[in-house]
Amino acid sequence: MLRFLISRLLTFIPTFIGVCIISFAFIRVLPGDPIVVMAGERGLSDERYQEMVEQFGFDRPLIVQFWDFFTGVLQGDLGTSFVTKRPVFDEFFALFPATLELSFCAIVIAIVLGLPAGVIAAVNRGKFFDRALMSSALVGYSMPIFWWALLLIIIFSGNLGWTPVSGRIDLLYFFPPVTGFMLIDSLLSGQDGAFTSAVRHLILPSIVLATIPLAVIARQTRSAMLEVLGEDYIRTARSKGLAPPRVNGLHALRNAMIPVITVIGLSVGMLLAGAILTETIFSWPGIGKWMVDSIYRRDYPVVQGGLLMVALMVMVVNLIVDLTYGLINPKIRKR
Amino acid sequence: MADVSSSTNTTPTDAATARPGRFKEFWRYFKENRGAVIGFYVFVFFLIVAIFAPLLAPFDPSSQNRAATLVPPFWQSGGNWTYPLGTDPLGRDMLSRLIHGARYSFLVGTVVVILAATGGILTGLVAGFAPKWLDTIIMRIMDIILSIPSLLLALVLVAILGPSLLNAMIAIAIVLQPHYVRLTRAAVMTELSKDYVVSAKVAGARLPRLMFVTVLPNCLAPIIVQAALSFSNAILDVAALGFLGMGAQPPTPEWGTMLAEAREFILRAWWVVTFPGLAILVTVLAINLMGDGLRDALDPKLKRS
Amino acid sequence: MSLLTIKNLSVDFDTAGGMFRAVDGVDINVDQGDILAIVGESGSGKSVSMLAMMGLLPWTATITADEMSFDGIDLRDLGPMARRKVIGRDMSMIFQEPMSSLNPCFTVGFQIKESLKIHLDLDRAERKKRAIELMELVGIPDPERRLKAFPHQLSGGMSQRVMIAMALACKPRLLIADEPTTALDVTIQAQILDLLADLQKETGMALILITHDMGVVAETAQRVQVQYAGQKVEEQEVRGLFSDPHHPYTAALLAALPERATERHLPTIPGVVPGQYDRPQGCLFSPRCKFADDKCRKTPPPVQPPDLGLARCHYPITRQEDVA
Repeated sequence: MLRFLISRLLTFIPTFIGVCIISFAFIRVLPGDPIVVMAGERGLSDERYQEMVEQFGFDRPLIVQFWDFFTGVLQGDLGTSFVTKRPVFDEFFALFPATLELSFCAIVIAIVLGLPAGVIAAVNRGKFFDRALMSSALVGYSMPIFWWALLLIIIFSGNLGWTPVSGRIDLLYFFPPVTGFMLIDSLLSGQDGAFTSAVRHLILPSIVLATIPLAVIARQTRSAMLEVLGEDYIRTARSKGLAPPRVNGLHALRNAMIPVITVIGLSVGMLLAGAILTETIFSWPGIGKWMVDSIYRRDYPVVQGGLLMVALMVMVVNLIVDLTYGLINPKIRKR
Repeated sequence: MADVSSSTNTTPTDAATARPGRFKEFWRYFKENRGAVIGFYVFVFFLIVAIFAPLLAPFDPSSQNRAATLVPPFWQSGGNWTYPLGTDPLGRDMLSRLIHGARYSFLVGTVVVILAATGGILTGLVAGFAPKWLDTIIMRIMDIILSIPSLLLALVLVAILGPSLLNAMIAIAIVLQPHYVRLTRAAVMTELSKDYVVSAKVAGARLPRLMFVTVLPNCLAPIIVQAALSFSNAILDVAALGFLGMGAQPPTPEWGTMLAEAREFILRAWWVVTFPGLAILVTVLAINLMGDGLRDALDPKLKRS
Repeated sequence: MSLLTIKNLSVDFDTAGGMFRAVDGVDINVDQGDILAIVGESGSGKSVSMLAMMGLLPWTATITADEMSFDGIDLRDLGPMARRKVIGRDMSMIFQEPMSSLNPCFTVGFQIKESLKIHLDLDRAERKKRAIELMELVGIPDPERRLKAFPHQLSGGMSQRVMIAMALACKPRLLIADEPTTALDVTIQAQILDLLADLQKETGMALILITHDMGVVAETAQRVQVQYAGQKVEEQEVRGLFSDPHHPYTAALLAALPERATERHLPTIPGVVPGQYDRPQGCLFSPRCKFADDKCRKTPPPVQPPDLGLARCHYPITRQEDVA
């Protein structure tokens, strides 16, 4: 296990450096002068241009620029936003809890519904439940989630008036962020109705964000379960007189989980991609919306730093998934 | 392994007429899957609509009728048969815009798949045949690209290249390409250890011949399935970019862009939002149904799922 | 009263090509303390009848029987809940592939204790004690440490011992061993067979041994039942069967034993067990039987009286005739 851990950590380093290079290279190597693009249609004077070139350090050799950037990254310095003049690093961590809260709820929904759906479909293979569940899963998998979000808003916010359209909580409530997680903060604030308001704001975005991972998890669980259900040890479990829920839910699912865990890990990347759309539509003040806004505003330090941080998050999650994989699969654990 | 060469060996009756026999066998498997056949018909329907869009559309997709803005579809009160699916805020006919939008979706799907598959297959072949150090470098680069959420990477690329449909397609192709690299490399690795490759080497086949004539045809099955999947992914992602204002620019009747334009009217005029999205969903669903059918038909080993 | 009585059991599978009868009118009778061997080639429906009794067949199977009772309980219309109280507790089973029959994700200890937990009213400490006892019983050294092992850390023989321990957990009255030694090395095979025989003697349970190996039968069983293509073709005491087989198929099986070979070449039975599409009209063995005549090919044979081993044959062999 320890050797597995170390070898896994070692592959982390070159990937990390590579991500640094890519996010650094984007604004410097690709066609288009970022400063001109930033200025937009108004244009800017030669002095101002020169000033900005120096501020960015674009006049120095690329390798020196990269070294500065890279050493900065290692010290937690990702530069300063053009727009807010605040360090990118601080902005990221101020907004990250919002995305984390949303993604966490989404992945919980996806797992809590997707696993049983896959198991039920596999156990009832070829019957009505299987067809119904797998057809729905394919629809979910094909869903343009930005449209799905609008549709849900039309139905639940427009026609039924059950859920708010945007934001994390009603403007009625105000309290300083303690943890950054609205669900926890609203409880801590002790204000009446704050928590329910936070939950109501969270419901639609979570459902939207959960849709595709849910479909992917359900499909993968079903095919993994079908494979496992044909194994000899399932017959053994049944011959012991175990009830079907225990056979399917414990003996089969535990083995089927091994490929499913991988898929859950991959869905975290999907979640962050989905968060861009979901957060934009629901005005959810998280990383996705922050990145999109910065791209609109040509706030290049934020784009560069944000890209790096998001990639880093995905890599950390993949690392965690690999380690979980080791925990759940005894063949790796006991080596 | 269910590679193409061995499947012809197991059916000696087909060996004489290998090509049609193999296709017939494929079609037989494909037909078994009812969903796939339905998906195929829907796909063909959309394809015909896309090809004959100017003939089918009752109006020019960008002609505005200021007298008839936000007309509801014909079955709602206030709707009429002139605009069967209603009009948008600028008085343009929804049906005509949707019909023309099909062209963009197919264009996007085709171009992206061709770009991504060509680049990905070539890189994957190189990685599979290359010495270990080069292979490691290529695969590390692919890992890096994959560690950035695809839509975010595409957004950043488009932001730098400038928002347009072409740049959106290039960005999505770059983002989808690592999947082809991984797939091709894995397939090449399995094929390389087989006897027929060794015998080709012994017979003196040069490297290009070995790569493209001997090995590549036997790796095609998973790549074709991936092509179907990335066709639908490309449509979804380019629509998403359009929705974020980073893809096709208005007044292009691209479905994602149409949604973006209609966003502020969602609570007043449901149809301007519902139809473009529904068109995306149905197209993508049809392609995914076909993709599932293709996978089952081309790779009997995966038939279980 | 006998422990297990099965009369006229048939199992049909609903396959893509229509119904397929895997077990055809089989009777099985086992008393407390019996060791019954069921012998036959692959595909002769030996395991299927046992799996049918345990309720382990997939839903495509249709099971019919005139009588199927275990210890006075009618198994035919037993609900799934009630059946689960019996199987794994009073009646348990071990399988052919010990390595793949243990769940790779759980420790050996967990899998043994699981049976104890659902069937018996023991607390944690008692379950652990019993698990260690069981591991000792099946001859696993250092049981306390082995309880924490995962299946992939065990050898095939060791895995089969664990399977046996698991099957014996609730002191069953009937153990069904489905080809328990086929997948093991020859030296281990003998050990496992000895272990099964010893355990049977110690506990007094009944043992049904499913095998295709006549050698295994001779070493272990008291009574033998020969199955062919889903039918029981002969049943005798082991001694009688080896010295005086009545059905030509039994005779041919015995002749194929290396110990009995009289020539350089081992005699074999030509052909294979009939499948779904090539089922003969008369006696099922007639296409492969060297004594078969037109009557055998046209009319299904009767079952002979017990002194002729209940042989399902028109012309049962008797000792006077020359077997070769």
